[in-house]
Amino acid sequence: MQLTNRSKVVVKKEMTLMERLYLPAILAGMWITIKHFLRKKATINYPEVKRPIAQVYRGMHVLKRDEKGAERCTACGLCAVACPAEAITMIAEERKAGEENLYREEKYAATYEINMLRCIFCGDCEEACPKEAIFLTDRIVPSEFLRNDFVYGKDKLVESVSQRVDVSVRQTKEVANFKKDNKQQHNINDLKQFFKNALIKH
Amino acid sequence: MAKVTIDGKTIEVPDGTTILNAARMIGGEIVPPAMCYYSKLKTSGGYCRTCIVKVTKGSEKDPRPMPKPVASCRTTVMDGMEVQNITSPDLLEARAGVVEFLLVNHPLDCPVCDQAGECHLQDLGYENGKVKTRYEFKRRTFEMIDIGDKIKLHMNRCILCYRCVKVSDQLTPYRVHGVLNRGEQAEISTYIKNVIDNEFSGNVIDVCPVGALTDKTFRFKSRVWFTKPVDAHRDCPTCSGKVRIWFKGADVLRVTARKDEYGEVVEWICNNCRFDKKQVSDWTIEGPAHISKHSVISANHYETPFALSALKADVKKQQKKLEGKKVELGEGALNPNNK
Repeated sequence: MQLTNRSKVVVKKEMTLMERLYLPAILAGMWITIKHFLRKKATINYPEVKRPIAQVYRGMHVLKRDEKGAERCTACGLCAVACPAEAITMIAEERKAGEENLYREEKYAATYEINMLRCIFCGDCEEACPKEAIFLTDRIVPSEFLRNDFVYGKDKLVESVSQRVDVSVRQTKEVANFKKDNKQQHNINDLKQFFKNALIKH
Repeated sequence: MAKVTIDGKTIEVPDGTTILNAARMIGGEIVPPAMCYYSKLKTSGGYCRTCIVKVTKGSEKDPRPMPKPVASCRTTVMDGMEVQNITSPDLLEARAGVVEFLLVNHPLDCPVCDQAGECHLQDLGYENGKVKTRYEFKRRTFEMIDIGDKIKLHMNRCILCYRCVKVSDQLTPYRVHGVLNRGEQAEISTYIKNVIDNEFSGNVIDVCPVGALTDKTFRFKSRVWFTKPVDAHRDCPTCSGKVRIWFKGADVLRVTARKDEYGEVVEWICNNCRFDKKQVSDWTIEGPAHISKHSVISANHYETPFALSALKADVKKQQKKLEGKKVELGEGALNPNNK
């Protein structure tokens, strides 16, 4: 059975003098090797040199704080239920009196973990978040030696008050308008009308 | 008997049946949503107006249409009545208006609320409401109240459906809470923050269509869609003991009554079962509770779509039949796809 038309019939014939010299074949091989010295390098010296990435690159997550430094996340669980890889887990707790400047709402995430080995960086958590708390950033998840170290807790995810993570590229006017656009909400009304029409016909 | 047509589907129901119940007898998508009506509670209904329907023909004898939408939970059927629910665009518009009114004072704190995921107001808003609020004024706000050590009242979320009041009236010998004040100031409360304390008071949590009355023992423990509902029972001296327990891992986070397809409690349960029996050893587990696949609670749950025991019995029956013919069932006999 012939699978491709690239197959060649092997003929075991006596080699000619030129072929027995091997020299032309060696030179041809060398020429291919030398050609690569002259080419542009395919690699870069990371991390000294970095490749340009898209503005909406989806890398390591950040849990944002609000302007006053209180954590925005309220452990509503929408990111976890939206996560196709089931990478996110959390345990909620009630905010006590006097913690108002630490947590924004009366409920907060006492533990919040993302398993970076499970995460596929799809950004669904970011899209599901009603509190604008979780964002994917242009930071790259570093490699580790232990699998356990890839489970990122709040210590790695929550931004520090002094060193804020800039996510303004992900909060442009276009993005805000897109979120507010009623037509984009999975075309709720159109779908509704479609089902209703179908039902009436039925 | 009266013949009534709802959205083109005709059914014959006994005299005195309400339009809502007639619709529920037909079932399916034509059933109007109800926030305050509760079939298990007498005199419930008539407050929230979400169940409004359009009556296009009053009856056989008087075929005039009713001048405005009527509350289907309080309007009884007449012979030859014709009703429109989802087939009338005007009515859907009117219902969207009702939802808007219900949401006027309702806070958007679903991410914090324990009811989120099994909240009837959420469903109603999603299915019938508008995408955005038009309300610009200050919402009325109340402080949270502890009603006893097991129930928490968030008056902000209340839609004044009176279901909990009816539960206390009809299920318990006396009630200590009710609706205070009138109009915009109306609020569910106990008299000078009295404690609701009797054996069946916990049922107010189950009848509450929103997150106004919540279980304090479950407060912020988990979102409902991370827990797995399992039907279980125990010998209880005060109630039927038939409950639904909500697992997270091996822990029982919460015990509730079982609910039917309209979110109504099937059998009331006592406070002892609800609040104090949170060990797996307290319960005899019957099996996973069926949750609609459209519910967020079914997310990440892998309920077997067929009853395995029934299937095994079926296979045995077939095996017995085949024994005479000496045919052996192969490995795949238990696979439902091979049926």
